[in-house]
Amino acid sequence: MSDRLYTKDHEWVDVDGDIATVGISDHAQEQLGDVVFVELPAVGRALAQNEDAAVVESVKAASEVYAPLTGEVVEVNEMLTEDPAQVNADPYGAGWFMRLRIDDPSELDELMDEEGYKEFLADLE
Amino acid sequence: MSDDTELQRTPLDGLHRELGARMVPFAGYAMPVQYPVGILAEHQHTRSAAGLFDVSHMGQVRLTARGGRPRQDAARALERLVPAAMEDLESGRMRYSQFTNAEGGILDDLMVTAMGDHLSLVVNAGCKAADIAHLRAHLSESCEIEVLASRALLALQGPQAVAVFARYVPEVSQLAFMQAATWTFEGERLQISRSGYTGEDGLEISVPGHAAEALARRLLAEPEVMAIGLGARDSLRLEAGLCLHGHDIDATTTPVEAGLTWSIQKSRRQGGDYPGAQIITRQIAAGPSRRRVGIRPEGRAPVREGATVRLPGGDAIGTITSGGFGATVGGPVAMGYVAAEHAHDGQALELDLRGKAVAARVVALPFVAHRYHRG
Repeated sequence: MSDRLYTKDHEWVDVDGDIATVGISDHAQEQLGDVVFVELPAVGRALAQNEDAAVVESVKAASEVYAPLTGEVVEVNEMLTEDPAQVNADPYGAGWFMRLRIDDPSELDELMDEEGYKEFLADLE
Repeated sequence: MSDDTELQRTPLDGLHRELGARMVPFAGYAMPVQYPVGILAEHQHTRSAAGLFDVSHMGQVRLTARGGRPRQDAARALERLVPAAMEDLESGRMRYSQFTNAEGGILDDLMVTAMGDHLSLVVNAGCKAADIAHLRAHLSESCEIEVLASRALLALQGPQAVAVFARYVPEVSQLAFMQAATWTFEGERLQISRSGYTGEDGLEISVPGHAAEALARRLLAEPEVMAIGLGARDSLRLEAGLCLHGHDIDATTTPVEAGLTWSIQKSRRQGGDYPGAQIITRQIAAGPSRRRVGIRPEGRAPVREGATVRLPGGDAIGTITSGGFGATVGGPVAMGYVAAEHAHDGQALELDLRGKAVAARVVALPFVAHRYHRG
């Protein structure tokens, strides 16, 4: 079991101190299909929880990625600009989207742990 | 996804599910949008080897005139509904055309094959009920209109497609692009044309529904052949610059605006008795006010249907009608309508994308050269 937390919009969050790494879940990448483009937020941008943060384009359609937490964008995964397929190949590793400096750690309580997310996915079926 | 109980199923439905397809509702049918390998790999496989598509949702209609010349008279009758010449179409040949409305708009586009004593028509799934009603309303006095609902339609597309199928029916390799013939294979009558919707060489195979799965399984067992879903079908046809009805062409666009004047034979460009003939004839002579063009956005972001097309920093001059990622091109590709004075190769454009302007330019279609076997 990993310590990753998840949103109902299928983003994942991995927290280290006050820095949260954000990506989209394996389920999300599978549903999207082949990712061909990722639009990332500007470093320094202040995001509110649930605000549009990034756009992921598959062959089929564009989808929003929402900020799972309120915070400032401190780093983005520039590699996705050149190689967006990493989102499919390694959603929890090389396919990460951005790192946020968390403003309000209490927001973490709203996220699901891995087990909770698995149950959430099972209910979607 | 579990809500597809109301949807119709093609004879290959069980096979698609067995292959792990993601089934989606499309034109009232449950259809495979992709298989586990994914749209990009399916697209590239079709361009490099051979892809098998289930297009059984499309409408197959047989038109036969009552009287002495059942095929030729059916062709003459059909000319009252489409701009293309039909009466001179020889048996074993096919033509692309459109059903038009009184404004010259495109109700649907279709393929017409002359075959012995009849014409066979293939129309879009989403339009087939309306097309059949249209045919019945205008042609039932002179023609038998038979909907071949029990037949399936497979497309085998790609540079290896004909070689693969020739293992079963060697004579198919003698067909040239837009030719068709019938063969009996394992007791079933197949009507096969060298045509398709990918820009590649390939075949479309009309097969009795009860025999479709066995044929599909045989073809999929060939090492060159992969099952391909609607997702790659769309990206392949977009790269080939081919129109999708309801998107690039519809009841508000004419064949001339859509760049389909090539499908109207010279004998029919001075006029005809099909709906909208006056408008279409005038547009052929004077030029339309807008034209469908290829558009190449800069960068990697796909620009989708509905996006506004502008002159750089300026006025709106059109709209994107199809847009996506061209796997063979390796970047975004689109088609759309622009004002005719700007419809020339190299014209600089700007496209609206999520509130930002994306630079783009008009380019010649197709994005990927057609590789038809012209014989």
